[in-house]
This record gives sequence, structure tokens and C-alpha cells, in this order.
Amino acid sequence: MVEKPAALRMVNIEKYFGLVHALRNINIEVGSNEIVGLIGDNGAGKSTLVKILTGVYPPSSGEFYIAGRKVNPRTYSVKRAHQYGIETVYQDKSLGEKQALWRNFFIGRQITYPFGFINVKKEKEIAQEIMLNTIGFRGRGITVNSKVNKLSGGERQGVAIGRAMHFEAELIVLDEPTVALSLKEVRKVLNFVHKIKEGGKACVYITHDMQDVYEVSDRFIIMDRGEVVASITKADISLKALDEFLLGYSQGLKDKELS
Amino acid sequence: MKRARSVFSFLGKIEALPVFAVMLIMYGTFMVFAPDVFMKYRIYMSILQTVTPPLILALGLTFVITAGEIDLSFPAIVALSGFVFAWGYQNLDQELGQTWATWASFALALGAGALAGFINGFLIAKIGVPSIMATLAAQFFWYGVTIVLAGGRSWRLKGIQEDPVWELFVRRIYGIIPQQGRAPIGVPTQALWALGLAIFLWFILNRHKFGEAIMFIGDNPNVAQVMGVNVVATKIRLFTMMGVIAAFAGLILTLQVTVSYPTQGEGMLLLVMAAVFIGGTSIAGGYGAIIGTFFGAFIIISLEPGIVATKVSGYWVQLIEGLVLGASVVLHVLIGEQNIANFSDRIRRWSTPTRLVKTASQPENLRKEQT
Repeated sequence: MVEKPAALRMVNIEKYFGLVHALRNINIEVGSNEIVGLIGDNGAGKSTLVKILTGVYPPSSGEFYIAGRKVNPRTYSVKRAHQYGIETVYQDKSLGEKQALWRNFFIGRQITYPFGFINVKKEKEIAQEIMLNTIGFRGRGITVNSKVNKLSGGERQGVAIGRAMHFEAELIVLDEPTVALSLKEVRKVLNFVHKIKEGGKACVYITHDMQDVYEVSDRFIIMDRGEVVASITKADISLKALDEFLLGYSQGLKDKELS
Repeated sequence: MKRARSVFSFLGKIEALPVFAVMLIMYGTFMVFAPDVFMKYRIYMSILQTVTPPLILALGLTFVITAGEIDLSFPAIVALSGFVFAWGYQNLDQELGQTWATWASFALALGAGALAGFINGFLIAKIGVPSIMATLAAQFFWYGVTIVLAGGRSWRLKGIQEDPVWELFVRRIYGIIPQQGRAPIGVPTQALWALGLAIFLWFILNRHKFGEAIMFIGDNPNVAQVMGVNVVATKIRLFTMMGVIAAFAGLILTLQVTVSYPTQGEGMLLLVMAAVFIGGTSIAGGYGAIIGTFFGAFIIISLEPGIVATKVSGYWVQLIEGLVLGASVVLHVLIGEQNIANFSDRIRRWSTPTRLVKTASQPENLRKEQT
């Protein structure tokens, strides 16, 4: 059996914002069915890395490959990222609040009749299908016609993840999906992440919360001050050890600064 | 019981039902208190004629407000397009012959509207000027341009009533409504154009990619951007469309009164905005009610003749207009779009039990056990 190429491979990525060296020599790889937890303190460069990956910023130098295909940074954009199979689920800006769920599933890539008129019936059917089968949605009384602002925080992330999976994303980027959610809602989101693994897709999971990321990830990439400082598989480390490692790392740097 | 629920559920789904109800109550009141005017066809034909230009403007403005923007410049575009048409009508006939000159002026006027709208859109979407400021400036600018070009005087359209353009857009159609041995009653053609435009724009807003993009932008432009909507291009298209619609309204108005004067459209701004808000479109953006706007325009236009006809002193007109606008906005907030949605959702939940969801997901679970 031929190995599927890595979902993502980044080689020597550098990013400057003016004089600020935001990312230094980033080399990472994400397997085709791997959940990678990207961990780091505020300002470690996580979000910058994600924004390069999803086409918001171009990198200053270096190259990256998505599912084995080399990305041309000059023509890369959010729309291109979708074509390459990268879908991003942001903490708070993935869904239109006042819009019906079925519209949210298809915004930006509607199923249309000629002249751009939307095929509402088909979109609703597929949205229904995604909700029941792809993400196993169990929200009571929620239909494809419901407005997003009737959904709980966890359910919203579920919809966004389901949408990403439906559009055949090879790599789903979750940018702090559990911030400001209650424990019950966090549980829902983690279950959706398990669905990504079951669906044979790859995922980069970005968070501050050790416990969440430890549960769902296969491997952890730890960043600090724009650099990747460690890559540890789950089998090699316990949650406690990971926690201590991180704490020790930031403590160590602080000591270095003081001396 | 079940039947009653499905009836409620159906009613909850109908767009703009409250506005329609308010309109019926209003006409009912006028019929009771001024039967000699409101029990006859004639007043309605005259309302149909008066309502058309503000109605067309309100339909366009519904899109702009749905996108979370505002346009204050459309009254000036009404004046501009009227002038461009009148200028062309008087000056192009030597080269083109009268028929072609009228059509060419018509197209030129729409083009002038498109240009003014495009400039608005460019300033707002590309340069990032807040729409209230950009269109306020545009309002003064285009009125100024019109007054300068028109030389400050009104331009009469001599003989326009024999022109096919006039016949196509503002002629009265006789014979639709039966007359019992009295003077014939004609339906104004422009009302049919407004109706057609309303239906077309309803489909654009609710069933077209462009309308969906407008709603998502009004809801949250960041979400729209992240999901692959081209926010800048959509906004430029939106304001250009508003410019063309305003120009069309200006043309209808000019053809109706057969004269273009450079202050045309003044006083329409607040009237048209009132029609949109009575209709239930949210100032917060993200939701637009085309059907609501349609009835809203009828309400705001009919109030004045209605109040006058009931022989209440004319001094009361504005007071009552204010009350109706205030009351309907409060009504929308209270029963609001959200609450109607909640209400119909609740009813739908009663009528479609959770059983349905469970059975639908069962095959998936079974499949998992087998493998």
C-alpha cells in the first residue's frame, strides 16, 4: 500500500513583520490522518503560523506542501486554501449569526442553478445529511432552518467542523475552538474532533488547554517565541509530564532572561 | 390540535405577515372613517401612482441596510437621473431622431445612476470611508452637479406623452378594473413595474448568491471574508445596483410629472427609510424583508391622504405618521424577527417530534455495530 503523502509539510518557513522576527525556521509535518496539538504561550507564533497556513499572510521565506502539492505563496489565498483542502474553524468567526444553518453550510460555494440562483432544496438536503451522518448532530429541535444564534457554542463548532469535513478537507485547522465554552460544550467539541480522526482526515488543534489537547491529539508541537521547540508523540509523555515540560520551559526562559 | 399547530407553523413562516396585517388595519380604519374616499377605486389608483418612486427606492435601500450600510445619496441620484433624461430628451433628437433619443436618454440616466453608485461603492469598500459619510457627501455633490448643469431651472418634457417610453412606463392601463357607467379607471403601469421589480429583488436577496453574500456581510463581514465571499466586490456591486435603482425611480418620477426639476427627490430620504424600517428590515444588518418593505411603502404613503380624508385636521398628519413608525418599530423589536423565528421553531418542534431525528440516525449506529 502506498503511503498517503503528509497532509502538511512546512520547510524553513520564516515570517517577519517589519523588524519583528515572528517565525524562525519552522519545519513541521502533519500526517494524513494525524491530529496534531499546537501548543504555546501567547505570542509564541501559533496564530501567525495558522494565518500563513490558511492563506491570510504570505510567508517571508520558505516553502510548504499540502498533501504533497507545493504551494505557490504568491497566488495563495483563503479561497486557494479551500481548493487545496484546508478548512479553518475559528473560535468565533466561522458562522453568520443571523443566518439559517443551511446557508452557513454553503456560503462561498453554493450549489446553484444557472445565473447564480441557489438550489435551496438540494442545499437543505445535503445540510441535513451532514448534520445527521457526518457529525452525528443530536441538538434537540435544531433543523437546517434554525438560525445559528439558537445554537450553543459547542454546537456551532460542530457545524463548522461538519462543514469542513463535508467539503473533503484534507487538513482541518481548529483555532482555539474551546475558548469560552462550558465543560459540557467542550466535551461536544472534542467529540467532533474524534469524528475528524474517524473520518481519516488530519487536524491541527491549537489551544491553551492542556487537558483538551492531550485527549484528542496524537502528537504535540510546542512553540515558543516563534520557534518550534519540541515535537512529542502522545505515547512518549503523560499529561502531567507535558504540563510540567511546558511550565518548566517557560520558567527556564524567564530565568535565562533574568540572568 | 395537530392541524392548528401546522396552521400556526405555516403562519410563522410567512414573511412580513405583521406588516401586512398593519396595512389591512390601516386601510380598514380609513374605510370606516372616510368611506366616501376609501370605498372607491380612484384613491387606490392614485396611491399606486404616488407610491411607485419611493417604493422602488425602498426596495434598493433594503439591500443596502441588509448589508449593514446606509445610503443617503439616492434622493440626489433621483434628481440627477431626471435631469440627464430631460437633457437628452431635448438635445439628442437632432442626431438620433426623437424615439431613439428618448431611449438613449433613458439609458444615459441609468448609466449616470450606476456611475454615482459605483463611486459610492468604491469610496466605501475600497477606500474604507464609512457609508454614512461617503453618501452624505455624495448627496450634496450630485444635487450640486444637477443644479449647476440644469442652470437652476426645471426642464420640461414637451410631447413626452406621445413617446413610447412614456407609454411603456407610466401610461394608465384601462379595462382591467370594470367601471359601472362612470369615468374609466386606469391602473398606472409604473405600479406593475414596481411589483415586478419587487418580485425580482426578492429572488435576488433570498435565492441568489449575491443576496446571500449581502446577508452574510451585514451579519459579520469577517465571517463572510473567511468563508470566501469577496466583500469589497460585493459592496461595490451593491452600491452600483442602488444607484441604478435610484436612477430608475428618478426616471419614473420625471415621466410621471413630465418635468425635471433639480430639487427632485428632496424629502424622500426619511420617507423611504421609514418604509424600510416599518417593513421590518433590521438596522443592525444581516436580515432584509423585501415583502415588508413593499407593504411598508404603502403604509407610509397612504397615511397622509388617509388622515386628510378622515377630515382630521391636516396638522395631525406628521404626528400620526410618527406614531405609526414608532409603533411598528417597537412591534418589530418586541415580536421581532428573532422572536418570530423562535415562535415558529417552537411550533415546529411540537409538530416534528424528536423521534424523527432518532430514527433517522439509527441506520448509522447499526452499521457501526456490524463492522
